[in-house]
Order: sequence, then C-alpha cells, then structure tokens
Amino acid sequence: MTDAPSGRLSPALRTEALEQLLVERELVDPAVMDAFITTYERDVGPLNGARVVARAWTDPEYRAWLLQDGTAAIKDLGYGGPQGEHMVVLEQTEDVHHVVVCTLCSCYPWPVLGLPPSWYKDPAYRAGMVRTPRRTLREMGLEVPEGREIQVWDSSAEVRYLVLPRRPAGTEEWDAEALAALVTRDAMVGVAEVAAP
Amino acid sequence: MSTGPDRPPGPALDVEGPGAPPRANGELLFAEPWESRAFAMAVTLAQTGLFTWDEFRDDLVARIAAWEAHHPDGEPFRYYRCWLAALEDRVVAAGALDAVTVDERSAHLAERPAGHDHGGHGHGHGHGHSSGSTPSPN
Repeated sequence: MTDAPSGRLSPALRTEALEQLLVERELVDPAVMDAFITTYERDVGPLNGARVVARAWTDPEYRAWLLQDGTAAIKDLGYGGPQGEHMVVLEQTEDVHHVVVCTLCSCYPWPVLGLPPSWYKDPAYRAGMVRTPRRTLREMGLEVPEGREIQVWDSSAEVRYLVLPRRPAGTEEWDAEALAALVTRDAMVGVAEVAAP
Repeated sequence: MSTGPDRPPGPALDVEGPGAPPRANGELLFAEPWESRAFAMAVTLAQTGLFTWDEFRDDLVARIAAWEAHHPDGEPFRYYRCWLAALEDRVVAAGALDAVTVDERSAHLAERPAGHDHGGHGHGHGHGHSSGSTPSPN
C-alpha cells in the first residue's frame, strides 16, 4: 500500500483513522496536537521575524550578533523551537539580493515566519527560483537591478534562512515598534523589498 | 496579540490592506481541517520521538518528488496529501502501525451513516475540528 492516501478513501478519512489508531496506542495526545495547531494559527507568524528585523535595524550590536549567530540572537527575543534550531540570517545589500527556497520540500523558519505560504510550497516557485531567479522574482513583482547579483539559498535539513531586508529610506526617526510594522513576510523570504512608508 | 495593556503607545496598525503588518497569519494556513490534524500529528510524533524530523522530511521529499515525477495532467499540487502520505510512511516504518490497519480503520469510518460523523465516535476528536471538543478560534 505505497499509494494509500491517493486511493479511494479521502485524506480526511485516512487522517482521522490515523489519529484514532495513534491515540488508542497512546502515541499521540490530541490535546498536544490541538496546542500545536493553536500556536501556529494564532501566535507564531511573520510578526516575530519582523521584530527581529526591526531590532537589527535599530541596534548595530544586535545586527552584528544576528548576522554572526542567527540562532542565538533570535532566541534572545524569545523565538525558538521546531524548524528554528539552526538559523542563518542573510543581509540584503546594494550588491547582493538574497532569496530563499526549499527545492526539495518546504523547509521554512517556523519560529520567525510561521508556517510557509502556499506559493513557497508550490513546485513552480521551487523550480523557478533555482533555474531563473531574476525572472521568477519579476513575476512575483520584484525587479532586481541588473547589476545586483542574486543569491538563491536552498533550505536544507539543517539550516533555515531569514533575510534581513534593507531599511527603507525616510524611517531614520522610527523606533523598532513602528519599523516592525513595515516588514513583510515576503521581504524576509527575499521575494520583496520593504517599501518606503 | 498587539493590543496588550502594557504595550507602549505606538502607531495604530492596519489589519488588512497593503499597509498591514505581518500578523500571526498572513493567510489561511490549512485549507481543510484534516490538514491541520496531519500537520500536528507529524510535529507531535517528531517531538515525542517516534521518528526524527529529518526522517519525516526525507519521506516528505520522496512523496513530493514522486508526485512531481508522475501525476495526471492538470492535477494541482496538494501539499498536505504528500504530507499525509509521508506521515503514514513514517509511522509504518517506525513500526507503530501497519498500512493495512490504517486502510481498515479508514474503510470502517467511511461506512458510518451520514450524520454520525459529528460526534459519538470514540473520543470526540474523531472528525478533525468539527467534533466540538477541539478549540474553536473564537
């Protein structure tokens, strides 16, 4: 039965059967599952990453730490857990544009960005970003200047990436709280820039 | 989460529209309730140690690759179907269940008369989120 879930029974039924059987064997606790779902639906999302970015923009020492040891610096703000054990932060510059993909599945830094959006999981994004990144970014609405190199980072079983976008002009007087509100999920994956206010 | 009483005064944040900040959720995470159950089952089992996350990831990668290698023309990619298949693969590989048992239980659940799938079956969590015992988003 290697193709079981695509058979005649719906995935909803198979999921229900699997959960029942695992609960009966005391291998999963539905309350623990509920807690995971609630956590990712309500509490963990890109706002966490936005706070990391905003702090890096306003605190040079934190920025240096973040770029040197992303996992520890992110943990310092209280964000850690599954899929965030080994974080590497990539800084956007005038010369290099970073963008993140997971070519094989959908590895993504849950503690700072939440669960991945559907386009990140899509085969078209995963293949396109590797083969023709400039065109794929353009199709997603981001025109990267010709002179700027694009570096594509493939999330692995080990490492998750967070992109540190460039701070937009006109925000010199803003505090971290206000800045965090500007930072988008897409900018932290590298498929967008943070727009000037 | 952004309006706690001890939060310092700051600019009012848009909730929707182009100026909206990244909320806990930018979009619907799960298209159907079973997807969230399958998600949470894999995370829970990796945490409790029935398998490692890397083992699960390998199976997920294999399931996605298999779908990409051969699928009917025009069939949309359904990520959580691959996820569920990988979860079953991993649970079976770990020796916790065999595939036939899952088949049989699924078939048994499919035979419930209409209307019986909203409670009364087992532990109240039997139908994903619709059974009433799981937390609602309020």
